[in-house]
Amino acid sequence: MDKAKIKETVLGGIIKNNPTFVLVLGTCPTIAMTTSLSQAFAMGVATTFVLIFSNLFISLLRGLIPDKVRIPCYIVIISTFVTIVRMVMQRFMPDLYGTMRAFIDLIVVNCIILARAESFASCNKPLYAALDGVSVGLGFTGALCLIGIVREFLAGGSFAGIAIPGFPAMSGTGASAFGFIVFGCLMALFNFIIQKLEARKEKMKRASLPLFDGKAEIVKEGTEK
Amino acid sequence: MTVSILSVMFAAVISDNIVLSQYQGICPFLGVSKKISSAAGMGFAVIFVMAVSSVFTWLAYNYILLPLELDYLYIIAFILIIASLVQLTEIIVKRFSPTLYSALGVYLPLITTNCAIFGTANSAVVYSSYAFIETFAVSVATGVGFLLAIVLLACVRLKSDRADIPKCFKGFPITLVTAAIMALAFAGFAGILA
Repeated sequence: MDKAKIKETVLGGIIKNNPTFVLVLGTCPTIAMTTSLSQAFAMGVATTFVLIFSNLFISLLRGLIPDKVRIPCYIVIISTFVTIVRMVMQRFMPDLYGTMRAFIDLIVVNCIILARAESFASCNKPLYAALDGVSVGLGFTGALCLIGIVREFLAGGSFAGIAIPGFPAMSGTGASAFGFIVFGCLMALFNFIIQKLEARKEKMKRASLPLFDGKAEIVKEGTEK
Repeated sequence: MTVSILSVMFAAVISDNIVLSQYQGICPFLGVSKKISSAAGMGFAVIFVMAVSSVFTWLAYNYILLPLELDYLYIIAFILIIASLVQLTEIIVKRFSPTLYSALGVYLPLITTNCAIFGTANSAVVYSSYAFIETFAVSVATGVGFLLAIVLLACVRLKSDRADIPKCFKGFPITLVTAAIMALAFAGFAGILA
């Protein structure tokens, strides 16, 4: 096991390759299932479960799956785990399942899962693949919860179902269109923070360089990861 | 009967638009709306695959899965039908119309993971248990709704991508805000059919 690779895999899915804010994949549940924190969290956990196990199994079978029919093979593996999630939710959480059922089925066509299968699980060892599933899943769940918190606060004036005194509900913010706006603004905020951090890093790097000329620029590019 | 089909179709195109009020198919809606021509190509490909897959999923569900009491396997069955139909469409189009193939080229394989296709088959065949004709009509109308939404967004993006906006809003964020305003406009039609 290589410590650097573990660190890179774990941090990659949460920040650098955040599926929601950076890669902009799996946007349908991101907008549809974030009207409240509890719903967003459930959606995130369900997707994470499918992501971890499909990554693990695709990685285990990566030597057996022929290249030409790999997409159908991945889809069968993914849909098996989606069916498991659907059955478990239907049995143990019937209320939640009732409100989310269309989008639980749609996990099977969530492009995050297929993208991770294609770009990571199919060419990495099982343990790394499962770890990648955990990390990307966490990144997805975190982003969903964030949007859920903002939308629930605006539309209902509450946090996780508990009303916050002094903050009445804003009428109209429960409308479907509001999901797009909140998602767009949060993504802009994410971009803003990343851009600021990068600008700061650049500045510090420049300050530490001995010469501030064309040569320094080349050195900078070489040392960048 | 015909009136109810027409009203369902109208809802599927405008007031209950698949992208803007049901939040399905948002990935291609955001990803393939940079140019009007590619947006239209994607839209027509979706209409075609949606219409054909609705026929096959309806037949498979009502004549294979239900009689054998295997309906809990519908997710696996539907996604396999859609994936193989997309593959088949690609082969046929490539063989008989190379021009159309090069026009659609990249977008065809992408349709497999377009959740609008799977979602429509799901809601029409499993949840609403429509009759065959209704399923087909709703699927075509949903596809038309997708085409309308993606082409309109591509038109708006022609302007918004060149507008002077804050750096952090460039790209996806401003597109999402645009989509929100479009969704509000489409929601305004909801009252017509009350």
